[in-house]
Amino acid sequence: MAKIGVFICHCGENISATIDVAKVAEEASKMPGVAYAMDYKYMCSDPGQTKIIEAIKEHQLTGIVVGACSPRMHEATFRKAAEKAGINPFLCEIANLREHISWVHPRTEATTQKAIDIVRTIVNKVKKDTPLYPIKVPVTKTALVIGGGIAGIQAALDIANAGHKVILVEKSPSIGGHMSQLSETFPTLDCSQCILTPRMVEVAQHPNITLHTFAEVESVSGFVGNFDVKVRLKARSVDMSKCTGCGACWQKCPNKKIPDEFNAGLSFRTAIYSPFPQAVPNKPVIDRANCTWFQKQKCGLCKKTCPAGAIDYDMQDEIIDLKIGAIVTATGFDIKHADFFPEYGYGEFKDVIDGLQFERLASASGPTGGEIRRPSDGTVPEKIVFLACSGSRDKAKGIEYCSKICCMYTAKHAMLYKHKHHHGDAYVFYMDIRSAGKNYDEFVRRAIEEDDVHYIRGRVSRIYEKNGKLIVKGVDTLMNSESVEIEADMVVLATAAVANPDAESVAQKMHISYDKHHFFAEAHPKLRPVETNTAGIMLAGACQTAKDIPDSVSQASAAASKIIGLFSTDEMTREPIVAVVNRCMPPLFTTCTGCLLCMEVCPYHAIEREEIKDRRTGEVLKVAAKVNAGLCQGCGTCVAFCRNKSIDLQGFSNQQMLSEVMALLNKPF
Amino acid sequence: MKVGFYPGCSLEGSSKEYSKSLFAVAKICGITLREIEDWSCCGATAAHNLNHDLAIALPARTIALAEKQGFEQIVIPCAACYGRLAAAQQAILGDESILARTQKNIDMELTGKVQLLTIFEFLQQYIFPVADKHIVNKLNQKTACYYGCLLARPKDLTKLEHPENPMEMEKAMEKAGASPIDWAFKTECCGAGFSMSRTDLVAKLSGKILEDAADRGAESIVVACPMCHSNLDLRRPEIKKQLKKDINIPVLFITQALGLSMGIPACDLGLDKHFVPTEKAVSCIVKKEA
Amino acid sequence: MSEFEPKIVAFVCNWCTYAGADLAGTSRTQYAPNVRIVRFPCTGRIDFMLLMKAFENGADGIIVSGCHPNDCHYTSGNFHARRRWIVFRSLLDFIGFDTDRITFSWVSAAEGKKWAGLVDEVTDKIKAKGPFTDLDKLDCTKLKEMYDEAIAK
Repeated sequence: MAKIGVFICHCGENISATIDVAKVAEEASKMPGVAYAMDYKYMCSDPGQTKIIEAIKEHQLTGIVVGACSPRMHEATFRKAAEKAGINPFLCEIANLREHISWVHPRTEATTQKAIDIVRTIVNKVKKDTPLYPIKVPVTKTALVIGGGIAGIQAALDIANAGHKVILVEKSPSIGGHMSQLSETFPTLDCSQCILTPRMVEVAQHPNITLHTFAEVESVSGFVGNFDVKVRLKARSVDMSKCTGCGACWQKCPNKKIPDEFNAGLSFRTAIYSPFPQAVPNKPVIDRANCTWFQKQKCGLCKKTCPAGAIDYDMQDEIIDLKIGAIVTATGFDIKHADFFPEYGYGEFKDVIDGLQFERLASASGPTGGEIRRPSDGTVPEKIVFLACSGSRDKAKGIEYCSKICCMYTAKHAMLYKHKHHHGDAYVFYMDIRSAGKNYDEFVRRAIEEDDVHYIRGRVSRIYEKNGKLIVKGVDTLMNSESVEIEADMVVLATAAVANPDAESVAQKMHISYDKHHFFAEAHPKLRPVETNTAGIMLAGACQTAKDIPDSVSQASAAASKIIGLFSTDEMTREPIVAVVNRCMPPLFTTCTGCLLCMEVCPYHAIEREEIKDRRTGEVLKVAAKVNAGLCQGCGTCVAFCRNKSIDLQGFSNQQMLSEVMALLNKPF
Repeated sequence: MKVGFYPGCSLEGSSKEYSKSLFAVAKICGITLREIEDWSCCGATAAHNLNHDLAIALPARTIALAEKQGFEQIVIPCAACYGRLAAAQQAILGDESILARTQKNIDMELTGKVQLLTIFEFLQQYIFPVADKHIVNKLNQKTACYYGCLLARPKDLTKLEHPENPMEMEKAMEKAGASPIDWAFKTECCGAGFSMSRTDLVAKLSGKILEDAADRGAESIVVACPMCHSNLDLRRPEIKKQLKKDINIPVLFITQALGLSMGIPACDLGLDKHFVPTEKAVSCIVKKEA
Repeated sequence: MSEFEPKIVAFVCNWCTYAGADLAGTSRTQYAPNVRIVRFPCTGRIDFMLLMKAFENGADGIIVSGCHPNDCHYTSGNFHARRRWIVFRSLLDFIGFDTDRITFSWVSAAEGKKWAGLVDEVTDKIKAKGPFTDLDKLDCTKLKEMYDEAIAK
């Protein structure tokens, strides 16, 4: 027998000014199932809450309704009070009398009647309430970080420093990512490797971090706190335990014609190689696809040369199984390399290069030792033209978004060139200048005012080669749209930042969403930028969207903090607003027929296929759906889809919703 | 094979040699071109500047005539005419209300389903398969193939394989035994319809084109558009004055170049109608080795 | 002569429309008092038979409102709701139900004014239509014929 208590708050005058609160309480006391009703000035205050607690105990109430402000304000407050009084907190519901009624209607009879209707509705919902208990899910306190760029490195260090184990998986032979390819970083013009390499070494030496380079994630299954991850450790062909990193092997390797990825294709590397001198780990791998031994069974020089006997041609890929509690996806980005702008001759003219290639030219460890030289003839360019927005913000080219980092790195490139060649001429064709970070705009102004870089607002329509020079045809919109033609020695295109070519397959392995550009989707664009919709999987860095180093580091630390929070208990508690498939006595077991339509529509992959077996023989008696309470977020989509109503949502059950509707229309149910 | 032919105003008048050479080449290759009866102006730039419906109705009338006269395909050598007819076709096939309105405007039956061929598509489909049999000469010269604007834009109507760096004419010239050069002004504007109102601009823009071709050693320029031809040929005196250079490279239509390689005499190809003398180009020609 | 005051039931999602209605409240935007809100976690949870129950028991008009497409707090619930509505609406059309009595809308948590405007608009619309009494006038014979035919096969 229900014994509901109804507590109507005046909220000072906020509710009582337009609603006759005394009348509402009076009508409530007459409603079937209501054992006690009262009204009071400030229900959420200490005395107010005390009144509720006392009433519950005195009248042995089985549930309460508080007619007050929006549940978004004080549902938690009143549920705690109910718990204090000794009843299950989920037997307390709020009737929204303030935001939805008293504040939006004048003082009329209709307004008070609406308040009575709403109270009646919620009373009827509570009658169908069942006690709900928080769900506990165990947590494995090991984190997986996918991607060893600056974001991955930061996240790994933060989690490891908090005392948890971290496994960092990086697909190339060394960690460092794109930041290791940069010469200097904006806005400080810090040497990129100088600030990065200490972190890289810290990762390698940290007792809590296990580093797997030249490795890729094969599969991810399970759920938050309990992921099963398979990682493929690709065969390096070098025994890490024996190799000393002396470099004799790559010095001897006769195959020196492979385009060097680290130098953005501007130079060549050998088949056995370490990507760059500061690589971590600084031990080589063999590029089997381009190695003469593996392709033609000839050579074998590296093995003969190695003083430590570390070369192992028979090494195979190894798959390891990991138990992981939470994952940070920090797989980074790429820049567009394709022949995207045939009118610019990118890919056709050797001296039209992209931003990453310019970084390698400017870099002391690059193919030209830090001297800016033309790839075609090795001479120093006297005039360089930089094109901002090459492909970004261009619907016709399929990339509508802004790549965020190019305005800054273009200014940086122009400045670096001018610092190295004071007499040279640098031109930047731009649409807008996006320099919104701390000290960013000052940096661009420095390029213009101190380093004499010429900024031209306009786009370039064509670049062609004539007599060894690149003729750049553009327009100056601030000079009455005058045509501008520059005879340049080199052109640098700030090509669009795009997702990695394998981003889609990574996202699918992780069951995380991605957008049409294959950037990974955050849970909420404003308020949840580091989580994904898959509980336990976080995002950090440019894999979510193009961003610079400070933002990548911030996001990485934020992702780490989410995980540290997750790991702060041995068991996670979850709100019990989850779906449940009904179970009943054998031989039926459940009304669920196992059509598994709910499984298909669940946005969180929280529904599994369950085989109900005979306890003794193990025979499968029935296939049904089962909700993983750890993953379920309580949206109820499955409930609406279920054809025979075998699945229901706790807290918003079918009975509850129907009784609300009937009560609203003042019909018995 | 009966293929419809829409000359448009230019091929009737100022670029009559384009039409003459096209027919000569077609005849040798056994293709019959039938001019569409009672065709009218495509509207050119004037119509689409003034009225959207008119801009569709004028070319649509020609398409309707072609349908009525039983043509499945029509070749439209003039780049502008092709652009207008193709745009009208795209509009009427893409929107039923436009089709209905246009039918009312022209007071004719119209489905819009005739296949419109660019000059390149026509050459590819009908001339190239049999060309080798008829080519008896090698042009033996460096040519700059000039496309101008309307042969390459809009991309989805002109259907070139590489809109920024087309090679359709180059392929034809290789067949004809010429050496097409790689140059920078293939699709740059010649000054277009400003030939009358701003001849100075035409002199400047077409001058740049000529200059680049000359600098890279071209001995002739090959075009496939009456406007291009007019600006590069007819306006040569103004160009020379602008450049202060004496560039005498002749400008040939693609069909004239092909015709020369097929041994058709120069006067049958209308070469006498040019302002810039073509003898130098003709004199380079040698017989093809067996 | 008392004017007809329609009873309008609103099925809304907690994260967007309910919050949008809250915002209308905090902004003190005034609107017609005929609407009664029923809160769901997501529009994807809404079983459309509940709508029919509402009409059966005295509702004159219904509003279903949730997050804008792509903004669903649970990713895709509102997409399912929308698709469900499209199918349901054509069924209602088929049996002669005045689908104009049901308004499907997207109101975000920031659109307090939009909510108020929506309620006023729907209230006026239903007022003009008059009370809903057509439940027994729905013609299900054709539907039944199709059903019988399908069963017979």
